[in-house]
Amino acid sequence: MRLELQAITKRFPGVVANDAVDLVVESGEVHGLLGENGAGKSTLMNILYGLYGADEGQILVDGQRLELDDPGDAIDAGIGMVHQHFMLVPVFTVAENIVLGVEHTRRLGKLDRARASTEVAALAERSGLPVDPDALVEDLPVGIQQRVEILKALYRDARLLILDEPTAVLTPQEADDLFDAIRAFTAEGRSVIFISHKLREHRAIADRISVLRRGRIVGTADPRTTSEQELANLMVGRPVELSVSKPAATAGDAVLAVAGLGVENALGGRVVEDVDLTIHAGEIVAVAGVEGNGQSPLVRAITGLQDIAEGTVHIAGRAVKGATRKQVLRDGTGHVPEDRGSEGLVADFSVAENLVLNLWDAEPFARRGTLQFAAINAHARELVDAYDIRTPSIATTAGSLSGGNQQKLVVAREFDRPIDLLVASQPTRGVDVGSIEYIHTQLVAKRDEGTAVLLVSSELDEVLALADRVAVMFHGRLVGPFDTPISKEAVGRMMAGADPAEVLGTPPGGDT
Amino acid sequence: MSDQQPPQPPPGDDDADAGRPEDAGPVAVTEAELAQAEIEAAKERAADTAAVTLDATFSQRLIAALTGTSVTVTILAFVSALVIGAFIIAVSEDAVREALGYFFARPTDAFRTGFDAVGSAYLALLQGSLGGVPQVSETLVSSTPLILTGLAVAVPLRAGLFNIGAEGQFVAGGMVAGLVGFAITGLPMVVHLPLALAAGIAAGAAYGWVPGVLKARTGAHEVISTIMLNNIGLLVSGYLISTTLFRRPDRADPISRSVEESARFPRLIWWEPSLRVNASLLVALALAVAIFWLVERSTRGFELNAVGMNPRAATAAGMSPGRSVILAMTTGGAMAGAAGAAVILGLQYRLTIGFSAGLGFDGITVALLGRGRIGGTVAAGVLIGALKAGGRNMQAQTGTSLELALVIQALIIVFIAAPGLVRAIFRIKAEDLATTQVSKGWGG
Repeated sequence: MRLELQAITKRFPGVVANDAVDLVVESGEVHGLLGENGAGKSTLMNILYGLYGADEGQILVDGQRLELDDPGDAIDAGIGMVHQHFMLVPVFTVAENIVLGVEHTRRLGKLDRARASTEVAALAERSGLPVDPDALVEDLPVGIQQRVEILKALYRDARLLILDEPTAVLTPQEADDLFDAIRAFTAEGRSVIFISHKLREHRAIADRISVLRRGRIVGTADPRTTSEQELANLMVGRPVELSVSKPAATAGDAVLAVAGLGVENALGGRVVEDVDLTIHAGEIVAVAGVEGNGQSPLVRAITGLQDIAEGTVHIAGRAVKGATRKQVLRDGTGHVPEDRGSEGLVADFSVAENLVLNLWDAEPFARRGTLQFAAINAHARELVDAYDIRTPSIATTAGSLSGGNQQKLVVAREFDRPIDLLVASQPTRGVDVGSIEYIHTQLVAKRDEGTAVLLVSSELDEVLALADRVAVMFHGRLVGPFDTPISKEAVGRMMAGADPAEVLGTPPGGDT
Repeated sequence: MSDQQPPQPPPGDDDADAGRPEDAGPVAVTEAELAQAEIEAAKERAADTAAVTLDATFSQRLIAALTGTSVTVTILAFVSALVIGAFIIAVSEDAVREALGYFFARPTDAFRTGFDAVGSAYLALLQGSLGGVPQVSETLVSSTPLILTGLAVAVPLRAGLFNIGAEGQFVAGGMVAGLVGFAITGLPMVVHLPLALAAGIAAGAAYGWVPGVLKARTGAHEVISTIMLNNIGLLVSGYLISTTLFRRPDRADPISRSVEESARFPRLIWWEPSLRVNASLLVALALAVAIFWLVERSTRGFELNAVGMNPRAATAAGMSPGRSVILAMTTGGAMAGAAGAAVILGLQYRLTIGFSAGLGFDGITVALLGRGRIGGTVAAGVLIGALKAGGRNMQAQTGTSLELALVIQALIIVFIAAPGLVRAIFRIKAEDLATTQVSKGWGG
C-alpha cells in the first residue's frame, strides 16, 4: 500500500517533536527511517500507529484520508507494528499469541485451537516465516519470537509493517533471515518502514532512506548511491568520524592474567570452559562472538560478579577469586556492564548519585559514614562537562537521559579514576552515532594512558576498529587472541565455530 | 514516552557554531542546538510521572508509585477520602435518612440535614484534634506511636521491602520494655527509663532482623514471613501476660504488673495532670531525625536506596543487597519496638492482651501517606494521630461512630494505592499508564 504523510506536526509542551514531516512510502517499498535518539522517529511512528494525534497534517493511505484514534484504527487500515520489545504472552503458544484478540470461538466461547493452529501454520508457510504454531513462546529464541510478532501483524492483514529497531536483538544470521522475510513481504506489493541506528542495515535492505533530525526530514537518500559516511553526516548534522584513528599500541606489563578459567551457570552447567587470556597495559583486546557464547559469564567472573568454578584470574597480580566485587572495583578495575539499564545505573537516582555509584562510601564523597554532597556535586559537574553528558542538571534522574547519554554517564564513572584494567561490554549498544564516536575515542584514550582494555562486543565493525588483538568466543571457549589486522571474514567464520587453524592457515597463537 | 521530542531551536543560538561546514540537509543545525535538544528531551522525560514498568517487582512498583506520585495526588487522595467519609456520615444520620424518604417532595430537607450532619461531625473532628491545649495534647499522644510505626514501614520500603510486621515488632518492643519496667526495681529514672526503652528497641529490632535475615539468606518473601511473625508475636504475648512472669499477683485476668515510676516517661506538662503528652514524643522526633540521617544522608542509606531501586545495579557497583535488606528490616523493627515501648512506658504502664491495638498496621497507612519519605512520614503520623484523637471527640459530641475515622483512614490507602483513580477524578493531566507501557516498547 502507498502511504503518504503530509506536513505532520506534533507539539509537546515546549517542544516540536515533528515539524511538518512529509513522508511517502510507495507500494512494495522498504523505507528506511534513520535518525538519532530524540530525532522524532518514535513520535512519528506513534502518530502513524494511532497512539498520538497529530496537531497538524494528514495521513493518506492509497489516496484516502485516514483518521486514527487508537491502534485499533491503524490495524483496521492495514498498518502493523513490531515493537522493539515484544508484546507476547510467554506461556501461550505461538498460535494462541497470534490469534489473541481476533480469535475464532466455537459454541459457549470455546477457543478453536485447532483452527488457529492450522491457520497460523498456513500463514507462516505462505509468508516464508517458518514457525511451529504449537510451541510455547517462552521456549523460543528471540529471533523466532520476533517472527511471531511479524506473523501477528500479518494475521491482521497488515499491508504496511513498521519495524522498530528489529535487528537489535538478532544474531547476524537471524538478521539475514529477517531481511529475506522482508523482501518476500514487499514482493507482494506491501510496504515496510524500517527503523534502525545501523547504517549498514539500511544500505542492505532499504529501497529509500529518509533521515530525520530534530523533528524534520533533512534528506532522502538512495542507499545504492549514498555512502555510510554521508548518511552518518546527514543524521548527526556534522561530519562524523566513523573509523577510529589510533596510533599503534605500546603494550606494557601483563595486567589481566586469566588461566584455565571455568565458570558455571546457576544450574551447574559449564558456560565458560578453560579460558586463557592475557592482556597487557596499553592494549585493547577485543572478544568477538555471537551473544550467548559465554562472554557475559566470562566478564562477570573476571570482574568479581560471578564465582570462579575453576582456574584463576589475576588483575595486576591480585587474585580475583575470594575478593568481593567491591574490592575488585576499588583495586583498580573499571567495568562498563553490557546492560546499562539494569546493571549500569539506578534510573531513579540523580546523575550526580549515579556518578558516585561505585565510590559512594569512599573519600572525599563520604566522611564518617555521611555523604558529602558538596564533593559529590562538584564531581558530577566536572564529569558532566568533561564527558559531554547532556543533562538539564546534575539532579535530573539518570533514567530520563537519552540512551547515549546514559552510556556516557556510565563511561564517565568507570573511566574517570585511576584503573589498571577496563572491561567494557557492548559499550555502544543502543547508542546513537555521535555518542559511539565519542565512546570509541575515550576507549582509545584510556588505552593510551596505559590501561589494559578488554572489549566485549558482538559488533564486528567495532571489534575490528578498536582492537589491537582479537579473540573469538564460541560455545564457552575462547580462541586467540590473534594479532590485527585480521580479516572480517576470518573473525566471522570463527564466530560461527570454524577452526582457527583452518581459517587462518596457522595454528592459534599470539597470546603474549 | 517523550523521548523523541526535540525542541525548536533557541533563537540566536546559530552563531555558536558558525565556523562549522554546513554539509547536509536543508536545515542548519549546530552542535549546540543538538545538545540543547537532548537536554530538553531529558527534561520532558524527567517531568513524566511515575515510570511504572511491567517487569519491576511488586515492591519496586510500590516505591515507584509512591515516590513518583506527586504531593498533589497524595493530598487529593486525602481529600477524596474525606468526601466519601462525608457521604457515609450523611447516610448514617437518622434525620438524613428520614428526609431522604420524602426526597422528591422536599429535596432541600435531605441536603440541609445532610450538610448539617457532615458539618457538625467534621467540626467535632477538627475541634477534638486541634481545638485547644488538651486536644492538641491528645493528638500528640496519638501521633507518637504512629510516627514510629510509620518509620518502621517507611525504612524497609526504601530498600524495596514491604514490612507488614510492624504490629508484631511493636508487641515485642512493648513486652520487653514493660518487663524491664516492672521486673527491675530500685533504679533511678536516668538509668531505668533509658534501659527499658533500649530493651524495647532491641526486642523490636531483633524481631525485625528475623525476616530480614530470612529474606537475605533464603529469599523468603518478607510479606509472608512478617505476617506470620505478627501472629506469633500477638499470640505469644497473650500467653505470656497470663503467666506469673507478667501477671499481676492480685488479679486473675490477664493484666501485667505496672511499670515502676522510674521507668515511666515524664509528662511534658507535669503541672496539669490531665494532659498526657509525654517525653516519648521527643524520643520519637529524635529517632526520626536519626532515621532521616540514616536514609537520606548516610552511606548506608545510599546503599539501601540503591538496593531498593535497582538491586542488580547496586550489586554491580559493589554493594551488598543482603546487608541492606537486613539493615532496613532491623531498623524498621527497632522503630516499631520503640513505638511499643513508648505506649507502655508513656501511656498504659501495663501490658494487656491486644495492647498493640493495630498501631503497627496503622504504620502502613502513615508510611504510604508519607510517600516513603522520612519528613512525610512524620507529618502523616501527626495527621493520622489527629484523625484518631478527633474521632474520639466526634463520637462523644455528635454520636458519629469512631469507626468512621478508621474508614477514612482505609479510604486514604485505597486512593493512594490507585493514583490513576485520583488523577481521573480530579482530571489531573498525567501520562496515561497504558500509553506509557505501550510506548516503553519504543526504546530509544
